[in-house]
Amino acid sequence: MTDVACIHCGLPVPPGLIDEEAEHQFCCNGCKMVYETIHGCGLQRYYDLKDEQDPTEPGRATGKGYESFDDSTFHDQHVTLQEGGLTSIDLYLEGVHCSACVWLIEKLPNVLKGVVEARLDIRRQVAHIVWNDESISLSRIARTLDSLGYPSHPFRGTRMHDIWRREQHRHLIRIGVAGACAGNVMLIAFALYGGMITGIEDQYRTLFNWAALGITLIALAFPGRTFFVGALSSLRTGALHMDVPVALGLAAGTLWGAYVTVTGGHGDVYFESLTAVIFLLLVGRWVQHRQQRAAHAAIELLYCLTPTTARLIEQEDSVREVPVEALNIGDRVEIRAGDVIPADGNIADGSSRFDLSLLTGESKPIAMGEGEQVHAGAVNISSRIVMEVQATGAQTRIGRLMAMVEKFAQERPPIVKLADQVAHYFVIVVVSLAVLTAAFWLWYEPTQALRNSIALLVVSCPCALGLATPLAVVASIGRAAHCGILIKGGEVVELLNKPGLIILDKTGTLTQGKMKLTSYVGDEKLKPLIAAVESQVVHPIADAFVAACGEEGVNIQPASITSVAGKGVIGEVESQRIVIGSPSFVGEEVGDPPAWVLDAERQCLAQIQTVVFVAVDGKIAAVAGLGDPVLDDAPDAIASLHRSGWEAMVLSGDHPEIVNAVAKQIGIDPELCEGQASPERKVEVVTRALEKHHPVVMVGDGINDAAALTAAGVGVAVHGGAEISLTAADAFLRNPGLQPVVDLIHGSRRTVRVIKRNLFVSLLYNVLTASLAVTGIINPMIAAILMPISSLTVVMLSYRSRTFGTQECQ
Amino acid sequence: MSVIYIIFPLALLIAIIAVITFIWAVRSGQFDDLDTPAARILHDDEPVDIPEVRDKLSNSEKVSGESQASN
Repeated sequence: MTDVACIHCGLPVPPGLIDEEAEHQFCCNGCKMVYETIHGCGLQRYYDLKDEQDPTEPGRATGKGYESFDDSTFHDQHVTLQEGGLTSIDLYLEGVHCSACVWLIEKLPNVLKGVVEARLDIRRQVAHIVWNDESISLSRIARTLDSLGYPSHPFRGTRMHDIWRREQHRHLIRIGVAGACAGNVMLIAFALYGGMITGIEDQYRTLFNWAALGITLIALAFPGRTFFVGALSSLRTGALHMDVPVALGLAAGTLWGAYVTVTGGHGDVYFESLTAVIFLLLVGRWVQHRQQRAAHAAIELLYCLTPTTARLIEQEDSVREVPVEALNIGDRVEIRAGDVIPADGNIADGSSRFDLSLLTGESKPIAMGEGEQVHAGAVNISSRIVMEVQATGAQTRIGRLMAMVEKFAQERPPIVKLADQVAHYFVIVVVSLAVLTAAFWLWYEPTQALRNSIALLVVSCPCALGLATPLAVVASIGRAAHCGILIKGGEVVELLNKPGLIILDKTGTLTQGKMKLTSYVGDEKLKPLIAAVESQVVHPIADAFVAACGEEGVNIQPASITSVAGKGVIGEVESQRIVIGSPSFVGEEVGDPPAWVLDAERQCLAQIQTVVFVAVDGKIAAVAGLGDPVLDDAPDAIASLHRSGWEAMVLSGDHPEIVNAVAKQIGIDPELCEGQASPERKVEVVTRALEKHHPVVMVGDGINDAAALTAAGVGVAVHGGAEISLTAADAFLRNPGLQPVVDLIHGSRRTVRVIKRNLFVSLLYNVLTASLAVTGIINPMIAAILMPISSLTVVMLSYRSRTFGTQECQ
Repeated sequence: MSVIYIIFPLALLIAIIAVITFIWAVRSGQFDDLDTPAARILHDDEPVDIPEVRDKLSNSEKVSGESQASN
């Protein structure tokens, strides 16, 4: 049978879902809902615009109510008032994939009365919606977008985005002006070069010189000012960087050119090289700025996906969805199974198990009941509870950790970049060379002294040198982003060049952070029955069994189920009595277990697994071990790090025995590892390591790692990490596993190699032009030809080199 | 060659106009989103239902249908 494609998304329809009677086939319910909505709204042209050859993601209408979008606190935070009583908001939409989506979303005003304008930015997946608040509610708009297959979230980075947009405008205008100046001076220079060869009347040469001088002064005063400002502040602090030689060359060239022009002499003018340097360096800086911004923007969008609502219980026990910011101390909130706790508080009603792994690093869920305190950020995994709020926002434990992260971020020492180290010596060499040149020519041929030393200063203006680092870094950060490694700044890459110490968190970083069936001794045929029983229970161990024992069992309906909290479950399936639970619980049922069972139990305990017995009709039939398994690629990744000279240690909040067992499995000396580390202790370990090792890299995922991530030289947040760890980290991995960490380190090393090669090549050009200048055989035309060639070489070397992603992700 | 004294300032004037236009374009946000307008331009026009056009289209369909039938 040929594959049937889903009419909405174009993906193959699973055989079980094909409905022979129906006119259209859908791969899932989401697609069906979206398809019906699109037709209901008369927007079927969407399917004409869509590329049919290209299957997209299945529709994912969630059917959420979005009541919190109408709350006044929500409006205060995200909605802006516009002229004429209209309101606007930026929404981040999931599921935007192609140009047909632009059409569909921008048709919103036709579908919903009261929506005035909808504009989508397809790259950022952010829609700007303008509507009349009196005729339609925002939740209605969000529900419509949802049913069209675009679940929406308020875009939280609007303010940052505006700041960045204005900065980007300034950059572009500077580049535009610098480019126009450079282009026009170049045209004038052509006339002057022509004059050098065929002869030119003095009056025209004077005209062109004056015009070029005027344009160069504009280029220096407006776009070029940034180099002088940078050079001045660098001289003040005593740390020479790339702006100093640039400013020196620009100043010397302009002063000399102005002198030649004003006196009407026959000296060389270098105006076109000067303006071209300003233009090219500004372009280099802008590209770098843009690339770094891209990583920040990607992280901003990830924030939008984190839940922002809580379910507030009002009088008469009605529940209303409100934004987290609207919660007050003393409020009662409902937390359903699977929800994240929105604030710190006491459990007022019910009991449940909580996954604290992001908060503390503990891999096993903790049971808590009435009166006990739970913290924001924990995940409620088994049953509904009611919580009384005690602290919100900055007063919560997360809020205090966040403050710690900010404190460390401010105290961080600045990193001396490779290019600035080079620039430091470069300035000294160039200045002393200029002095020596002047001295030599004063003795040999005094009329040539000034001309040659000025030529030296101008031609050594380090254009290619200034581009060498930014371009290499930009090219490799771009490549890394393709592979799912988001890097916030170029310093990260330079720091990771030399091997040092890498500190790894355990839960969620080295392991999956989820319970899984890791060993099973007994009858395989029993597995579907176990799944049948466990699929009726909400518990992490039950989930692990269902995941491991296959789908067949889920369809068997057990006759009866009794679950005993904290111990196990008794079920009757296909007239067999099945007991699953802790050894003591099952022991009560069957008496003393036989020897093979005890053997299996001992083995599981040795690997720090949770042991579960399964008994059928009063006899033990299987022994299962459950744990948080180590990621498949972890041992290889650690071995690869060791090979390239890195030291590795594990630092976790989990129980020391578990930490040691994991360390042994992945090939790290347990002596180097530490368990039961609080967030504060993690920071202490990191700061102590900084004294001995350079660099120190911290890899983690949780809220408990956030402060340590900022304290370390380089903080890396892994896939699935908490929101705070994203803010705190310098690099963020989008793909699961430990291999991306290795890729990051190897990629960084290759990038630094490219930087060094670029620096070497551009220095070579500088040596060449400088020696021409010292010997007095250079003229402005040669300088104007050599300079762009050197810059082009650097550009090509940067973009041609493979730094990140040699095979896997391209 | 004294025409240069007219041509040259004129050329500079054009350059200045170009720069001012560029600055205006940047400030009005035309470089903020470089991806969506490229997609948007493709589907601005709705299919229109003009009777004469429809008749023409259905006629031509008929013709092609007949020619296929004769094959």
